[in-house]
Amino acid sequence: MAKINMVQALNTTLHDVMEKDSSVLIMGEDVGVNGGVFRVTDGLYEKYGRERAIDSPIAESGILGTAIGMAIGGLKPVIEMQFSGFSYEMMHQLEGNASRMRNRSRGQFSVPLVVRMPYGGGVRALEHHSESKEAFYAHTAGVKVVIPSSPTNAGPLLRAAIEDPDPVIFMEPKRSYRSFKESVSPKDYTIGRAEIVRSGEDITIVSWGAMMRDTLKAVEMIESDTEFSPEIIDLLTISPMDAATIVESVKKTGRCVVIQEAQQSFGPASEIIALINDQALMYLEAPVKRVTMYDVVMPLFAREMMYLPSKGQIVRAIRETLEF
Amino acid sequence: MPLDTIGTFSVSRLSILDETGKADTDLMPDLSEDQLIYLYESMTLSRMMDARMLNLQRQGRLGTLPVCTGQEAAFCPAILAIRDTDWFVGSYRELGARLMRGETLMNALLLFNGYEEGNVNPENDRTLPISIVLGSQLPHAVGLAYASRLKGEKDTVALTVFGDGSTSEGDFHEALNFAGVLDAPVIFLCQNNQFAISTPREFQTRSETIAQKAIAYGIHGIQVDGNDALAVYQAVKEAADRARQGEGPTLIEAVTFRMAMHTTADDPSRYRSDDLVASWEKKDPITRFRKYLTKEGIWDDDRQTALEARIKSDIDAAVKEFEQGVEIKPDAPFDHVFGTPAQIIEDQRARFLAELEKEADHG
Ligand SMILES: Cc1ncc(C[n+]2csc(CCOP(=O)(O)OP(=O)(O)O)c2C)c(N)n1
Repeated sequence: MAKINMVQALNTTLHDVMEKDSSVLIMGEDVGVNGGVFRVTDGLYEKYGRERAIDSPIAESGILGTAIGMAIGGLKPVIEMQFSGFSYEMMHQLEGNASRMRNRSRGQFSVPLVVRMPYGGGVRALEHHSESKEAFYAHTAGVKVVIPSSPTNAGPLLRAAIEDPDPVIFMEPKRSYRSFKESVSPKDYTIGRAEIVRSGEDITIVSWGAMMRDTLKAVEMIESDTEFSPEIIDLLTISPMDAATIVESVKKTGRCVVIQEAQQSFGPASEIIALINDQALMYLEAPVKRVTMYDVVMPLFAREMMYLPSKGQIVRAIRETLEF
Repeated sequence: MPLDTIGTFSVSRLSILDETGKADTDLMPDLSEDQLIYLYESMTLSRMMDARMLNLQRQGRLGTLPVCTGQEAAFCPAILAIRDTDWFVGSYRELGARLMRGETLMNALLLFNGYEEGNVNPENDRTLPISIVLGSQLPHAVGLAYASRLKGEKDTVALTVFGDGSTSEGDFHEALNFAGVLDAPVIFLCQNNQFAISTPREFQTRSETIAQKAIAYGIHGIQVDGNDALAVYQAVKEAADRARQGEGPTLIEAVTFRMAMHTTADDPSRYRSDDLVASWEKKDPITRFRKYLTKEGIWDDDRQTALEARIKSDIDAAVKEFEQGVEIKPDAPFDHVFGTPAQIIEDQRARFLAELEKEADHG
């Protein structure tokens, strides 16, 4: 089977879904003729024209607001924020309407749409192109937040997001877009379920997005001189969080490290630690550690790599937790 | 009559220099020979620095870069038409304008090599750093203009620039509306370069012009030939004069063309034809202005050669300084989170510095 990268996996999925379901459309800045600035929507305009592959005006609030209407009206919009750094213009439509329509109407109306957005650092970009703000969206009840980490899970998760009855923020780690390929065999992924990518006994390691790769490499680095049995969890859905998978794992291992690309405070790592505190505190043999960025404005790329969690930091955090 | 006409509106377009460099003498702005030459030199500097930076980017010595070649007449004259004491609130595609406001060549290189330090304008503290979030800077210009009025600076105006695509953002509309309602002395200068990345102007708005959007907000609006340095100067000068006299804001649409890629990450061959680009080459703003100056007898080939040599050596010197490497304070981001110290940030700074040392130890 041919190996594909994450962009190809997402692109193939969109082609497939749009062919099978004529209510699905894509809309966003430069998603049509140009195929998206990362080419995730390449070829859809050629197939479906401007009716279902809409190059929108530059107005993120308008994009989401219009998509909310489309969704209530029976379409399934898959909209793109060109970069997550430009999604804040749509936040009032997300918090004020997309997330609340179901509750506000006591289930009479729902808003099944997907907001795709590349996010994250490590690509030497300009300002606003490197942040990880999954917590922003996850802090909104009624919104699901999904983050794939590989060509294998990106496609099925996008498909699940499009089929989901609720608004899904689908954050694509752009550092992983083309950095590696996999031969993708069909596999089911469910929104709201984390994946145990490797089971083990000694320590639970949780991560998501681009940090997943670094985490796997860090584990390899440790294994080159230390024998240990890690259980590695890819979170995949930030919200609603799969507490059970994490808690069960920690009950078994008694140790846990969480690796988060975003700033330290108020993010999913804090939430995971709180869940462990609630449900598995008595099983812990060491304090739960988190490896994160700092609570500073994401630095431009001259300093960026000093600030993002490094493999060295991950290695040290795992070792310290094992040795505690 | 139940159906009355309650308003009729018109939009004007200003152009002074034609493509051969011939000026409409009736419309000539009041500019001295020195000012004309300064403007021409600034546009040339912008063009040459743009080319050099693109070259450095292609060699991997700079990061992603927006280029502005072809648009020099749409922004440089605007800076000449305002004062150093006025506010300049730019976007990201107006290198020459920023250099005229006192930004150093070195800082331009620093910024696009990933250093926030490049945003510091050493000469003018009424120039805001580049703004990448489209349209978001427009309301700031309104607020600055309003603040200067309230602070008793009767004479200060704010100039803001942005692209055609940015006029689709809510911030554009809100800013024009606020400017009108607050009667703020602000000039909105749209760089209509026909494209927003791949998206042509026609996909942004069904309006025939951007200038006409002023009408809806009850403010002045005009379209100018954005490749005509004299027309842009005149339009901005008139808008600034009006604003200083308390006659409110103006929207100016400068019609120009982005000759190169959106940024170095973009491939324009995916969405526009070479023929279209070639048709705009004939309208080059610098060539046109040079023809005019030559006709007027204030420019010649010798002066051109000397100018290019001088700019080249200035750029060479800046690049050399830049390539020698800059010392940066690794933990500077912690210095600028808040204006008052916070313990949790200082704790994190300590962790950051400790981690940095460990990285150095362990590789
Ligand atoms: C709020 C926001 N949305 C999206 C982007 C991504 N983006 C960067 S430049 C650009 C096109 C801008 O076009 P225009 O305003 O015409 O200015 P130009 O780049 O042509 O000078 C887009 C969509 C952004 N920077 N900010």
